Order: sequence, then C-alpha cells, then structure tokens
Amino acid sequence: MREQQGIFKNIDWVLVALYLLLVIMGWLNIYASVYNDEHQSVTDFSQKYGKQLVWIVSSIGLAIICLILDGKFYATFSPVIYAISIVSLILVLFLGTEISGSKSWFRIGGFGIQPAEFAKFAANLMLAKYLSNISIKLTDLKTKLMSGIIIGLPILLILVENETGCALVFIAFVFTLYREGLSGNYLWVGFLAILIFILTLIFGKTILFEIIGGVFIFIFFVVKKNKQNVLIIVATTIVSLGGVYSVDYAFDHLESHQKKRINVFLGKEIDVKKAGYNVNQSLIAIGSGGLTGKGYLKGTQTKYDFVPEQSTDFIFCTVGEEWGFVGTSTVLLLLIFLLIRIIFISERQRSTFTRIYGYGVASIIFFHITVNVGMTIGLAPVIGIPLPFFSYGGSSLWSFTVLLFIFIKLDAYRLEILR
Amino acid sequence: MIYSERKYVIIGIFIVVALAFIARLFYVQVINDSYKLSANNNVLRYLIDYPARGLVYDRNGELLIYNEAAYDLMVTPKQVKVIDTNDLCKVLGITIAQFKKKMLAARIYSPYKESIFEKQIQAETYAKLQEKLYKFPGFFVQSRTLRKYPSSLAAHILGYVGEVTEKKTKANPYYKSGDYIGISGLESSYEIELRGKKGLKVMMVDVFNRPKGHFKDGEYDTLAVTGKNLISSISGRLQKYGEALLKNKTGSIVAIDPTTGEILACVTSPTYDPNLLVGRDRSKNYGALASDPGLPLFNRALRAYYPPGSTFKLINGLIGEQEGVTFRDTRYPCRGGYPVMGGKPKCHAHSSPMDLPGAVATSCNSYFCYVFRSIVDNRKKYRNIVSGFSTWREYVLSFGVGKRIYSDLPQELSGNVPTVEHYNKIFGKNGWKSSTIVSLSIGQGELDITPLQMANIMCIIANRGYYYTPHIIKGIYPSKQCRPEYKQKHFCKVASQHFDNIIDGMQGAVDHGTSTTAKMKDYIVCGKTGTAQNPHGKDHSVFVAFAPRNNPKIVVAVLVENGGWGATWAVPIGSLMIEKYLADSIKRIELETRMLEGIVLPPTQSDRIKANKK
Repeated sequence: MREQQGIFKNIDWVLVALYLLLVIMGWLNIYASVYNDEHQSVTDFSQKYGKQLVWIVSSIGLAIICLILDGKFYATFSPVIYAISIVSLILVLFLGTEISGSKSWFRIGGFGIQPAEFAKFAANLMLAKYLSNISIKLTDLKTKLMSGIIIGLPILLILVENETGCALVFIAFVFTLYREGLSGNYLWVGFLAILIFILTLIFGKTILFEIIGGVFIFIFFVVKKNKQNVLIIVATTIVSLGGVYSVDYAFDHLESHQKKRINVFLGKEIDVKKAGYNVNQSLIAIGSGGLTGKGYLKGTQTKYDFVPEQSTDFIFCTVGEEWGFVGTSTVLLLLIFLLIRIIFISERQRSTFTRIYGYGVASIIFFHITVNVGMTIGLAPVIGIPLPFFSYGGSSLWSFTVLLFIFIKLDAYRLEILR
Repeated sequence: MIYSERKYVIIGIFIVVALAFIARLFYVQVINDSYKLSANNNVLRYLIDYPARGLVYDRNGELLIYNEAAYDLMVTPKQVKVIDTNDLCKVLGITIAQFKKKMLAARIYSPYKESIFEKQIQAETYAKLQEKLYKFPGFFVQSRTLRKYPSSLAAHILGYVGEVTEKKTKANPYYKSGDYIGISGLESSYEIELRGKKGLKVMMVDVFNRPKGHFKDGEYDTLAVTGKNLISSISGRLQKYGEALLKNKTGSIVAIDPTTGEILACVTSPTYDPNLLVGRDRSKNYGALASDPGLPLFNRALRAYYPPGSTFKLINGLIGEQEGVTFRDTRYPCRGGYPVMGGKPKCHAHSSPMDLPGAVATSCNSYFCYVFRSIVDNRKKYRNIVSGFSTWREYVLSFGVGKRIYSDLPQELSGNVPTVEHYNKIFGKNGWKSSTIVSLSIGQGELDITPLQMANIMCIIANRGYYYTPHIIKGIYPSKQCRPEYKQKHFCKVASQHFDNIIDGMQGAVDHGTSTTAKMKDYIVCGKTGTAQNPHGKDHSVFVAFAPRNNPKIVVAVLVENGGWGATWAVPIGSLMIEKYLADSIKRIELETRMLEGIVLPPTQSDRIKANKK
C-alpha cells in the first residue's frame, strides 16, 4: 500500500469514494425534488438544496475531525460519548421544540439538530467498547442483559420523544450481537415474531391457531423425539399461540386509524386517499419512471408534490421517477456494496472494538435502507426514517457521516494498534 | 476467530433483501404499466379552449346573433379559506343554504379540482363580484359566451343553444358533458359551421391543482378555431314587420326571393323573445313557454298543416293545361256550385261561364271541379280512376307538396297528399271515383300543406316552373356562398309555357277579383286567396302572391288562423309585406294600422288581450 501522510494515512478510499458518490447523488435528487423555475440558484439557502449544501460541507468538516482525532480516543471515550448522548436525549424532552407531535429537536436558528440521530453511533461505540472486553461472552446472561441495557436506554428515551421510527433502528444491533456470539435462535425468534404478527393480522386468530397446530403436529412426528427437541417444539408452539392471541388482542384495542394503517399496509384495505396515500403516490412516482426514467428534473410526481416528504423520507421516489429502474437498482447496489465493504473491512480488523463497531455501522445503515426503500415500494410499513446519505436533513447526514468516518478512522488506525 | 463464518449469514441477508427490492422495483417500474397511467392522471389536466360561436348577420348586414361574455364562478374547495359567506351570497343573490349545498356538491365532485359553483353570471353581477373576488380565495371566474339576439326576432328560425344531452355525447365524441350545442333552428342545422373547433391545452398541475405550465412545452396543445360567421337570407326589417303584423293573431308568413330560394322572412305567431332561452333562467322560461296555450314554441311556418284552400286551384289549373285537358279558353258553367254534383261544392256569385284566367281571378269552385274531373277521369289516357289519380298526385308532389323539401331549417315537416291506398282503405277498392274526392280540386279534403310549402309553390309559379330549395343561410364565411344544394333548380312537371294563363288569373284576382286589397300602383302583384276549412272553428284566412309580375322579387304566403275569408286578413297582410320589401315604406297607413292593431284569436285569448289593453 502506498504510504500516505497525515490524517489520510491508510484510510479506505473505497468507502470514502462511495460516501461522496452517495452524498452527491442524494443532493442532486434533493435539488430535483424541490426544483422549481423561480429558485434555480444552487446556493439559495432558503431552499432545501441550498441548506443541504451547508450540511454536506459541514459533514465533510465533521469527517475530517473524525479522522484527525486519535484512534485511541473512540475506545477510551466511548462511555463519555454515550453518557453525553443519553443526557442530550433527556434534555431534549425538556428543552426541545415540538414538531408534529414529537419533541426531539433542538432548534438553532434555521437549523435543527436531533439527538436521537447521534444516539446511534454513541450506542454503537458503547456496545463495541463493552463487548470488546476480553472477559465478555454473549452466551452469558449478564452480558445479554448489559447489552440490552446499552441498547434499550436510548430506545426508551427516543420512544418517550415519540420518534418510534428512530427507536426501531436500534433493533439492527441484533446483527452485531449475532456476529459476536448471540444464539442464532434470536434471529429466528425475531423472524418468527414478525411472521406471526403479520400472519395473525392477515388471517385472524382462529385460522392461525389451526396452522400452528398443524405445523406443531407435523414437526412433532418428523423430528427425533429426544427430550430437548420436544421441549423446544412445545415451547415454541405455546409461545407462538400466545403471540397470536396477544397480537389479536392488541390489534382489537388499537385506535381505528392505527388499525387502518396496518390494514392498508397488509393489503387488506385499499385506501388511496388517506392512510395509503403516501405509498400509493410513492409507487406511482417510482412506477412512472419506467426503465430509464423521465430524465433529470423532468419528474412530475415528485416535483409537483404528489409524493409527500419527497426530499426526506421519500427521496427514493425522485430517484425512481427521474432515473428509472436503472437509477434505483444502481443506488441499491451501491448501498449494498457499501455494506459489504464495511463487513469486509470489519473482518480484517485485529481489534475487536473496531470489528464490533463496524458491524454496528453496517447494521444501522442496513436497517435504514430496508425500511426506507421498502416503504417507498410498499414492502414495509410507512415508518419515517431517512435513506442514509440521500435524504435531506442535517442531523441524519451528520450522524451517518460521523458513524462512517469513525469507522474509517478506526480502520486506518488498525496497523498502529499492536505497535 | 470464533463466529467469523457468521459474516456470510449477515452478508447473505443483505443480498437477499437487496435482490427482493430490485425484483420488486423491476415489477413496479418495468413490467407494470398502470403506475404510468396514474402518474398522467395525477399531473395532466386537459383544458378545453372553447372557441367563440360564429355570428349570424341578416341579408342587410345587421347582426342577428352575437356572443356576449358570461361568467361561470368556479370553486376549488380545498383552496377555500374562511370567508365572509354572507357577502358572497349577497353578490350572487343566493341564500346561505344554497351556498352550503353548492359547496357540498363541489366538494363531493373533488376537493382539489375546480367545478362550477354558479353558472352564467351576468356582466353586471360579474363587475360587482370582480371587485370582491380577492376576498374569496378558492373562487375564480371562467368566462364563457352566451348567445345574444339583439333584435329579439325570428326566435324559431335562429333557434337556441343549450347544454348537450348525454345521448349526444355518447353518439358524438366531439361533445363532452357540459358543452353547448345548437338545439333548434339554424343554431342546430349549422351547428358544425357555427361551433368552430375546440382547442386543447395539456397542462401540468401540482398536488394542489396549481398550474405548472404546458406539458412537453405545448407539443400536444391544439388551437381553438372560431366558428364561421353566417349571413342569413332573412331581412331583419321584413321579419320584424311581419312579426308586428301577426301580433295578436295566430298564423304565419313566409316570404321568399323566388330567383334564389332565399327566405326573406319566416314569421310564426305567437312567437317569443329568443333571449328568453339563454342563460340562467332558460329552463324556467322554457317551462312557461311550453305550457302557454298559444303554443309559442310551435313553428307554424314549418310544422303546421293546413288545407291549402283555393290557392290549390292554381296547381290543378296547371296540371289540366299540362295534361291537355284545360286551355285558356276552356269554359265551365257555375250555377252557384258544381252542377255535376247538384251544386256541391257551392260557389259564390260571379259571372259564368268563365275562361281559365277568369276562373282563377274569381276563384270559381265549379270550374276547378270540372278541371280536376277532366284530369283524373281522362279515360283516353288512363284506364281507371286509380291510374288517373296517381298521375295527378305525381304532378302535385312535383310542386314540393307532400314531402319534405329539405330546407336548412331542421324542423320542417312533409305535409300530406292522399294516396290511392288511403282512399282504398276508406272507400274500398273501386269504391271511389272523381266525385268522391272532388274536394281535392278546391284544396280541401285530406290535403295538408305547411306555409313554407305554400310559399314554395308560389316560387314555382313566379319562376314559371322551377324552384330553388328555400333556405335561411345565403352565405357561409369565408366564401360567403350558400350550401351548394341550394343552387340547384328543381323543376315541376308542368312546362313553363302553361304558367302565363294562371298568372293572368292571379293578376286578375288582384286587379279586379278576390284580392283587390293587394293591388299596388307601382308593381303588378299576382295573388290568390284561400279559405282553409277549419273543422275546429272559424276558417283560416290564406293568401299567396308574388310581385312584380315580370321579374318577380318576392313571394309571400300568409296564413291567419281563424281569420275567415282570405281577403279579410291574409290579403292585406301579404300585400303590406310585399310593399314593405319592394318599396321599404308603407303608403297605405290606414290599412297598415288596421292590420297592426287587429286581434284575431280564439275568443278566450282575445278577451284577455283586450282586457289588458284597457
């Protein structure tokens, strides 16, 4: 490897290039989504693309700061960063500005900062710090509990702020935990829980009881009947039935608009005017793009505001409408390439801290992509979380930048660890 | 390193999700087309550009129909803010309850798309509204045009315009619901010329329906083409005069220029102001007119059937001549009636026997019964009555009677000339002979003729044997030519040399016969009276004439229902029409006044009018 000097020494230029590419593509699409004939200057700071330019420039500043700081700093100060993050999550409950029902923003002039966004890398650092301790084993109950607390504390506070979408992101850490030795059953249980949740709502209690009963009998006769297997099967069945019952019960006690949202998502109800409006308009915008799109700045659905939140949560629609299938698949492939690159780099680390942190970065970004893109194409419920590096918004861009560049710094630092 | 193989599971999950998304995107973007259609529905608005309807002038260049701007108040419910409803209602002259109802209707139609809130606001209301419109966000005004009839004349000829029916929109895709279309009169028969061509603007709108410019820079836009202007053959002055003469009378006047077939006046009475059937009060006014016992909506000139009475003797005389059974010197006796049938039909007192012109001038019933008999009972030529009668009928039809003549007025009816089958049905085969149907010889019996047909017969006589199809539009812009079919001569089956005997008789009738009131110093007028038998009451007064005798410029047919003798009402009115057209001023003031003020109506109606005058 060519010897590099200063802060750029040993950094992974592939990740940096991917980051810059995604951020620039994001900005181009933000410009397109709010583009109108009256405000064409790219530096018009009354417009979102002008503001985003400020966020991008400041993010690059933040990235450089991340690279300047010493490699040891992050591991050492993880608890402090985590503590600051938790305190700011609490403070915002008292000092924050309320925006559409959620109190999660500090307003400073025309710009807002959302502590919940920064809680992600703080929690990630803390988790990495805790799990990289040599005496820790994830098979221990104590470790599981402790990890649960590190992740659960910010979740709790963010839920209190009424930012459900943002809180859900922390579920992504299950991948990190899995990589570090958490039983694969947790993944299965999580998968099963989601499956049961959805199936119950689609088919109803009675039918699902019968299905589970049938599956139980089938498996019971097929597998070897040693004590452990029987125990697992019986336990899983009882938990599943309980799950079905409680989902059913909970759903019956939901508010009607919440029920409606869920039903629309599940395809049981069609309501293009209200709950399903966003998804329908989003699909129209993406679908009308066709194979190669309508051309840059030629999208009508996003430009004329048919798609709500088209510069933030629904930015993927602008990509879909103006760049077509070619554009959407390119963006998805770039993002997945980024994730795989992060995993690849994580695995080459000698430092456990860096590896765990890297998995956290990949998990968080993956969760965002899945929910955000899935929502725009009707495969996930509408949960307002941004598309990493693409969506308009300072807090999210800053937080993803810091999240990624800490990892780049840690990676660049890897050769010095054992020195 | 333990658990490091788990990276494959995690990378696997990443890839599976990415592939699932890409597959879904491929379906949504490439395979499924419905989203592209929805996108167009979202963003494209097809704005129709309504062209102005063509104007109509009379033959002297005076405007008969023009367009007046009217205004539809439109509303986009989502853009309506809290407003001073009271104020708006006051300007529009509606109640709060009506306001709420209209708003609800608009909201049900679409909260984001505009719809008509109040139709056809008149100019003065619009002026008031315009000042206050800024106070009512969500409301805007769209201009439309309304037809205006400045002279208030010729309602039945001009016709009216109304919203297109659902049936029509299905039959003809040019029309969309809410479009205007000519419903009657020339508005209907010249609809294609008058309407022009609608233009289309394909506009883009945003989610709040705010315009965002032309789609593809106007590539799909088309320009509206203004309707063609028309020149009517009507003389506004003559039409007005005719309408005045028939005031408080029931009947009609048709005046035609025989050299071209151009209709100079087409009066039906009672009539109405065509402006009543325009704008917001149309349905109300229409209802009132439809229930009026005088039937003002009924175009008598084109649709009312009358027996032609003695005017029909002209045709019988001409047929007799053409058949070689009647000559100028042919004389038949008359002893106060038709001697062959014991004095029936009766006749009035005149010298006897007379020659053909004399019989026309005195309108001798007996004479024409002989003529008719000599035609249909001509056993040298025709084996039996059926054959003779059929020949006679063919002659009659060639005079434009008993069939539509296809003028450019849409409501025209065909009239009736009885057929062999008709008589066979009534009297049985071989159960009838010339004497059975002798009333046909004096224009009574089963004959049904419209006033337009009477005038057309007069054109044939004035032209000595042919007519141009009567028409109401003499020029279509830009060429200012009438439709080509109206430039063709239609010949009747009587040769031109036979006409002078009849015309001599008609001149005699005016000079010293039955219609002397029609005599004028400066022009030789040829005319014939008629008294159409009316089984429901007093006979109808009929007069047909043309003038001048040589080089005729005008024919008139006048019918005054319940007017009694032809000479009483129809002759003076017809003669005044001729004088008005040829001389443009009336010298016979006393006669004119008497005609203008006369009332000829069924007793109940005339009593009412007399009472109103007092």
